[in-house]
Amino acid sequence: MDKTLLVSAIKKGTVIDHIVKGQAIKIIKLLNLASHDKRVTLGLNLPSKTQHHKDLIKVEGRELTPAEANSVAILTPQATINIIDDYRVVKKFTCKLPEKIKHIIVCPNPQCITNHEEMDTNFQVNQEKKQVKLQCHYCEKKFNQDEITSYNT
Amino acid sequence: MPKKINFQGKSLVSITDLSKLDIIQVLKIADELKKEPQPHLLDGYVMGSCFFEPSTRTRLSFETAMQRLGGRVIGFAEAGTTSGKKGETLYDTIKMVSGYTDVVVMRHPLEGAARRATEASDKPILNGGDGANQHPTQTLLDLFTIKECQKKLQGITVAMVGDLKYGRTVHSLAEALRHFGARLYFVAPESLQMPNSICEELKTQGIKFSLHENIDSIINKVDILYMTRIQAERFPDKMEYEKVKNIYVLTPRMLDKAKPNMRVMHPLPRVNEIETGVDNTPHAYYFEQAKNGLYVRQALLGLVLGKL
Ligand SMILES: [Zn+2]
Repeated sequence: MDKTLLVSAIKKGTVIDHIVKGQAIKIIKLLNLASHDKRVTLGLNLPSKTQHHKDLIKVEGRELTPAEANSVAILTPQATINIIDDYRVVKKFTCKLPEKIKHIIVCPNPQCITNHEEMDTNFQVNQEKKQVKLQCHYCEKKFNQDEITSYNT
Repeated sequence: MPKKINFQGKSLVSITDLSKLDIIQVLKIADELKKEPQPHLLDGYVMGSCFFEPSTRTRLSFETAMQRLGGRVIGFAEAGTTSGKKGETLYDTIKMVSGYTDVVVMRHPLEGAARRATEASDKPILNGGDGANQHPTQTLLDLFTIKECQKKLQGITVAMVGDLKYGRTVHSLAEALRHFGARLYFVAPESLQMPNSICEELKTQGIKFSLHENIDSIINKVDILYMTRIQAERFPDKMEYEKVKNIYVLTPRMLDKAKPNMRVMHPLPRVNEIETGVDNTPHAYYFEQAKNGLYVRQALLGLVLGKL
């Protein structure tokens, strides 16, 4: 019952569910959810049937695009995206790791050209064993997901 | 006969842009040009030479390569002579130069600069070094030199000595040698050993390698001894540097145990890691190596301009 309540308690918008514990705040940053005027509700360390604990984000009045949803997968590969309309889940999907992520990630390499010239970044996404590795198209450096700390918004 | 690969109009940014067959073809053409110069091959062509940071060796080698094929060179060396100080973007500078020229050679202090340049140019870009990232013509001339002095590339044993942690030259060479089933020996102080990420990749590709702390223990096993410089400033602790610096200096006496076919290579400039006494032994090959850069760069220029 808990779950139904949590997922559908907004009228219209997006609920990102089953976020790996601790990643929700990064997702807020990644999707730049804090800097527009839509209401965002954040749940941390919630009980979960499939995970020990999970995080959850509710965004009112905004439907995430598939590209945005998939970029969430670099932080939490198993998250589910629920699109809500009139308090009901009208679309539900698991986010999928994209092959490439343009623009969103800031390259952590200070010597990378992307940090010195006004241009889009471009990362190749690879799943290596259980780790998500991101390789910069320009400086060719590979990073673990947790080495990415800032995002272009 | 394997099908000839068409390089016309292609850029070379990273050694990983080239397949094994691409590499073999470049080396073969470089060999032909070394034996039979073609002083008019690129008559009427102009190469843009954009050195956003100084590198006299690489610049002279590229510019000589172009001129000895009959082509001409325009360009600039060192940051500040154009762009940079005026705040012009790399993109705009390359766009402008590529408008005047048929091929652009560039060196830049920032990593990924050459890849970025390919987006600004409809002419081929040849990367002459982008920060600590790539310097593919160095790797190609290294491979060419190994093949020349060992008469083969397949299955050779190579020791890489010195700063393997930060040395872009040895990273790219190890990466390229995986195509040819090399056996690798990494000789370095523990704090400057080959990065884990590269070792992991070699493992997944089934390349045999081992880590060592001194040259003596491996010198009798290898076909190539690839020396590099150890910079004092890489050591957080000066005492540590003083302790190791002499272990990685090659002396003529150390060569007593080497196989007769063993050759010593070095990307140059050397500081003190190879004693000058080594120069007069049959093992010294680093000056030949430097000269080979000319033929490899000629081969690339001819290929990307569609004349070979
Ligand atoms: Zn980068």
